[in-house]
Amino acid sequence: MPDNPVAPPKIKAAKKMRDLMTTYYLEALGAPENNRLVAWITSGGPVEPLVAMDIIPVYPENHGAMIGSAKMGEDLCAKAEDMGYSGDLCSYARSDIACAVVKGGPIGGLPRPDMLICCNNICGTVLKWYEIQARFFQVPLFIFDTPVCHTGYSSEIAAYVTAQVHEYVAFLEQVTGKKMDPDKMNEVGRLSYEGQRLWQQVLNTTAHKPSPMSAFDAFFFLALIVTLRGTQIAVDFYKDLIDELAQRVKDGIGVVPNETFRLLWDNLPVWHRLKWLSDRFSAHQACLVADTYTSAWCGALKYIDENNFLDSMAEAYTRIYLNIGVDQMAEEVLEMVRFYDVDGLVMHSNRSCKPYSFGQMDIMQIVREKTGIPVLMIEADMVDPRSFSESQIETRIEAFMEIVRLKAGRK
Amino acid sequence: MKEIVRFHEAVNQPRETAGRIRQTGQKIIGYLCSYAPEELIHAAGCHPLRLFSSGHDILLAENHLQSYCCSLVRGVLEDSLAGRLDFLDGTVFPHTCDSMQRLSDIWRINRRHGFFADLVLPVKLTTPGSAVYLEAVLSRFKADLEAALGTSITDADLENSICLFNQIRTHLSAIHEFRVRYPGRIRGSDMNALVKGAMIMVREDAATLLSGMVVSLQQLPVPDLPAKRLVLAGSVCDSPDLFDAIEAAGGTVVGDDLCTGQRWFDSLVSEDRPPLAALADRYRTRATCPAKHAGLTSRADHLLSLVDRTRADGVIFPMLKFCDPHAFDHPYLKECLEARGIRSMALEIDDSRQNQGQLATRIETFIQML
Repeated sequence: MPDNPVAPPKIKAAKKMRDLMTTYYLEALGAPENNRLVAWITSGGPVEPLVAMDIIPVYPENHGAMIGSAKMGEDLCAKAEDMGYSGDLCSYARSDIACAVVKGGPIGGLPRPDMLICCNNICGTVLKWYEIQARFFQVPLFIFDTPVCHTGYSSEIAAYVTAQVHEYVAFLEQVTGKKMDPDKMNEVGRLSYEGQRLWQQVLNTTAHKPSPMSAFDAFFFLALIVTLRGTQIAVDFYKDLIDELAQRVKDGIGVVPNETFRLLWDNLPVWHRLKWLSDRFSAHQACLVADTYTSAWCGALKYIDENNFLDSMAEAYTRIYLNIGVDQMAEEVLEMVRFYDVDGLVMHSNRSCKPYSFGQMDIMQIVREKTGIPVLMIEADMVDPRSFSESQIETRIEAFMEIVRLKAGRK
Repeated sequence: MKEIVRFHEAVNQPRETAGRIRQTGQKIIGYLCSYAPEELIHAAGCHPLRLFSSGHDILLAENHLQSYCCSLVRGVLEDSLAGRLDFLDGTVFPHTCDSMQRLSDIWRINRRHGFFADLVLPVKLTTPGSAVYLEAVLSRFKADLEAALGTSITDADLENSICLFNQIRTHLSAIHEFRVRYPGRIRGSDMNALVKGAMIMVREDAATLLSGMVVSLQQLPVPDLPAKRLVLAGSVCDSPDLFDAIEAAGGTVVGDDLCTGQRWFDSLVSEDRPPLAALADRYRTRATCPAKHAGLTSRADHLLSLVDRTRADGVIFPMLKFCDPHAFDHPYLKECLEARGIRSMALEIDDSRQNQGQLATRIETFIQML
């Protein structure tokens, strides 16, 4: 049984991060007063050209995560259902569509967009969602169409997406009425690359035993690489965070007291149960050290040319984790199992995210066969808490941890 | 009309139909989507056969797809895993929705029905770049087929196939037009069987039979059968019972925006252009699946014009449970119809054939309100 060990010191950078996010949202909300344009963009979308053209990028999906964490998802999702949207649709989309109308949520709704940038490298849902918002706000929509690379990045796909990079720049030039400065673009591209490289380094620290932070921390610290990618702010912040994590490693501080078991998380977080889930696993001295979700914002580093960002952007944005075949995703999971030396895999079967969740069972099978580690699948939703059964999931976690304990003991 | 029997047979016995075709030495390539380039498959000397779920209980597919996946995707995977599709020599997956995208991966990883191809078509159909890409995808598929079969598809082969498929489309459109003009003369379940059957049976036979039907229709007495005129809008409509329930309640279907309906047979492939370019053009300009983008109002514009053209009294949306693209469009389409004073109703459907009584009651109530 777990004793009651002293909680480790909190990661200090968290406060800084909250301040940065507050500043970011205040700036976005004040955009009209400062004659700045606002673009809504999908989480995996090519943000760098926006930054280079001084347009403020705003992420409805980050907003969705905030709504989920603030436990405001149920009301907003229900509101969308009153508007006629099926309760089976993505809860990010439902809460955002409702929020645009009722101006609800933790920050009273996002600032009104001047344009919408939809990159479908994460799902087909964003296309429908952004069509709805483009009709609602009556603003131009740019679709950055990244064909799925089931088995590879073909020459046709390369030519198609590369052509769209130029169409995208032309679109932005038309909406803003000004030319893109190539030097500024290069600088933003370099900062984006640097930010992603540092983010990868942040995530890599959890390979250390005990892990200085957990996937739950990564879910939180992720916000900057999503929203402020391509800025000096993100680069500076992650440098400080790496220093702090390195110090924790040096001091032997693990985020889970007496870390005994290490687990890998798959799929988006269950935003409305972060602490609950973290506590459940911690009670078993189990640390969720890594996840497939937060690494998506540095997984395409290998395709980026930091000195020629714009030209390498097509491939980097097309070959992201979700836009590849299930077998390739399984390969990446296997690589993470090895790198982070985990004892088990926890898969969130997320009713809101079909491209992430369908195929999980095949990945589960592959992981079981190739590594022998136990796999737990829990069905939930990232924002909408209505289908979440605490007692059922707690029982399943208990049973899973028992198997992890037995298997790890045999190692 | 006696021809209809053949189509019902093909729909009700796809395995037997496929078995007979295979005996002639032809290879069978399955597909699940109205964007599959059947003409290319046919020109390669193969038989294109559209797959529908047989509606068997989901047992084996439970190990691959969660319960919140639509019954079409789960059902077809179940059929594949259970060996009910062993007649296939190959499968092609045009990119449509997220569920199909992952079904393609699972299919590729788990089963080998021989030849396999993903056609990752563009999602956005409105730009010159996407037109170039679309043609390149078709060209790649052509090359893949040629390599797999050790054959070459000439322009003449493809033009012949295009001509044949255009005949099927033309006949189906003519039959459909008759149905719009004289509602109630052709049962909805029969029309549904004609369309689905033409996706399953030997296409040359389908063209001949349909052509015969068009001629017979001219001689048919056309009594006035008053009925409420309805348009159906949705994805796959795989439930003949739906049509029967509509007719039992005094309604008749005069038009549809379904991928097992007019979206599949309306609009021809140009026979005056280079064949691959002509195929690509049709996909860009035909009525769109909501998983694709042809403009912010294109689907509403299409539906409203369909309602106008057919003088429809109301619209029914058969909604396949867990079909995201259609579920996202529904509130907007409903609102556009309301603005024109057209009533509509959404009906959740899946393969399970449950709640037929409830379905009939809802349809009856709706039709009475019109």
